[in-house]
Amino acid sequence: MTDFSSEIISHIDRGFVADLLSKGERVDGRAFGEYREIIIEPNPVAAKAEGSAIVRLGDTSVVAGVKVLTGPPYPDTPDEGVIMIAAEMAPMASPLFELGPPKEPAIELARIVDRGVRESKTMDAKALCIKPGKLVYMVFADVYTLEYDGNLIDASSIAVNAALLGTKFPEIKLEDGEEVATGKELTLPLQNMAIEHTVAKIGNHLVIDPVLKEAMVMDCRLTMAVDKNDNFTAMQKGGGAGPISLEMVDQAMGMALDSSKEIRELITSTMKNPE
Amino acid sequence: MSPEVKPDSLLNAEGLRFDGRRIDELRPVQMEVGVLKTADGSASIRQGKTYILAAVYGPRELHPRHLTLNDRAFLRVVYRMATFSVPDRKRPAPSRREREISMVIANALQPVLFLEQYPKAVIDVFIQVIQADGGTRCAAINAASLALADAGIPMRSLVPSVAVGKAEGTLIVDLGDEEDKYGEGDVPLAILPGTNELTLLQQDGSFTREELMEAMQMGINACKYLHELQKDALKRSYSKKAPEGEDDDDEMDDYDDDLETDLGEADIMEDE
Repeated sequence: MTDFSSEIISHIDRGFVADLLSKGERVDGRAFGEYREIIIEPNPVAAKAEGSAIVRLGDTSVVAGVKVLTGPPYPDTPDEGVIMIAAEMAPMASPLFELGPPKEPAIELARIVDRGVRESKTMDAKALCIKPGKLVYMVFADVYTLEYDGNLIDASSIAVNAALLGTKFPEIKLEDGEEVATGKELTLPLQNMAIEHTVAKIGNHLVIDPVLKEAMVMDCRLTMAVDKNDNFTAMQKGGGAGPISLEMVDQAMGMALDSSKEIRELITSTMKNPE
Repeated sequence: MSPEVKPDSLLNAEGLRFDGRRIDELRPVQMEVGVLKTADGSASIRQGKTYILAAVYGPRELHPRHLTLNDRAFLRVVYRMATFSVPDRKRPAPSRREREISMVIANALQPVLFLEQYPKAVIDVFIQVIQADGGTRCAAINAASLALADAGIPMRSLVPSVAVGKAEGTLIVDLGDEEDKYGEGDVPLAILPGTNELTLLQQDGSFTREELMEAMQMGINACKYLHELQKDALKRSYSKKAPEGEDDDDEMDDYDDDLETDLGEADIMEDE
C-alpha cells in the first residue's frame, strides 16, 4: 500500500528524502546500490500461457505472460520470427494510473522493456523461422502491473526475461501447406539475456531501484540494459527533465554492472529449477 | 517505394565513412529561423537529407483545461513524421515511437525554460519531420530550441543535440540512415552547453562502458559545434530584420537578398 493518491508530494516529504540521502540513508534503509528483495514466482499461468512469471520488487509487482503463436513473417524479415513486448499500467496497480488508452509513461515502459529484449538480441530471431516467407513463430510477451511502488521498468524486465526463459511451446511443421504439431516441445532460442537497471538521480545522489517516494522527487532516472558480457545494449534517460553530468552517467553504469550478475543468476536459477 | 541500398561497408580502409565523412564529421547542417509566418516562433533544419520543421506557439491558454499545471507552464511537444518521410509509407496515426520521442524531446528542452514564470499556460512545440534520414530526434531538438528562441520565450541557453553511433567497431558522430540501420548502435544525446550536462540520453545497440563514455564525450564535442551553428542561425535571422524593424519577413528577405547580391557583384566588378 502506498500513501499517494495524486502526483503531488509535499515539501516535507521531499526534504525528508533529500535529508536522508545527504546522511547516506534511504527511506527504506537500503544502501544506494542495493535492490529491494526480488521474488520471482515461476509459471503462475502454467495452464494457458507458454511461459509466465510474477515478479515482486518490494511492494512493486508485475505479472508477465508469453504466448507463442504461428503466423506470417514481416515482409522485410522473411526468415525471422516475430517478437513483441507490451506493457500495461493498469488502474488496479495504483491510484495514479487511470483507465483509458495508454499514456506516455505506459508507452515508455513498454518501449523500454521491448528495447531491452530486442537490442540485446535476447532471442535468435532466425531460429524462430519455420518456413522462410511463409510461417514463423510469433512470440508475444505482455506485462501487467499489479502493484506500483516505483521502478516498474526493472520489475517488468526481470519478469519478461524470466517468462521467456521458462517458455515451452509445441513444435510446428509445415506439411503440404498445413500446420502440423510434431508433438515435440521446444524452448525459446535465448542467446543473450539483458537485464534492465534503473538508477534515480536525486540532487547529487544516485540510488538504484527507486521506490515511489524516491521516484516522485527524482530529477531524472537512467535505465540501462546490461547483457551477459557486461555490454550496455540499451539506455534511456527519463522520469523527469533534470540534466545529468557525464560523471554521474559513468557512476550509474558502474552501479548497473555491480547488480547485473546477481539478478541474472536469480532469474536463471528460479526458472530452471521451479520447485 | 523509394529504393534502399545497403552499402557494402560503412567504413573504408582510409577510415572514411561510406558518404566520405570523417568519423567525427557532421553531415552538412543548415538551420534557418523564422521560416513559418503564423507561428510565434519557428525554425527549420536540414541535416544531410533529414529535413524538419519546428513551430512554437505560446505561452498561451491551455486546452484541454485538465492538463493545467498550477505552478508552471505545460511544455507540450508533438513530434510527428510525415507519411512520405520514410521509404515505406508511414501509417498516419501517431505511433508509440512518435509519442515516446515527443516525451524525450520535451525532457531535453525543459531544463532551459523558465516554465515557473507562466503558471497554467502551455508552450506548444510542434515538430514535423518532412524527410527522415537518420538522427531525426536530435535534429528536431536543434530546430525546436531555435523555434523557442524565435518565439521570444526566455531561455537559459539553446539545446544542441547529436547522435553518436558505432560502425564496424568504430565510434562515429551524426548517424545517417544507413549507419543507423546497418551500424552497431546509436547514442542520441543533447546537452546544456553551459555545463555539459546531458538532457537527452538514449542508447541502443551494444557498447562497453568505456565505449559509451568516449561516445558521449564525442557527442558533447559535436554539440558544442552545433551550438555555434545554432547561435549563428539565430543571429542571422535577427540581424537581417534589424534595419527596418518591420515584421513583414518576405519583403525583408527579398530586399536583403537583393542587397547582398548587388554588393557581391559590385565587389567582383571592382576587383576586375
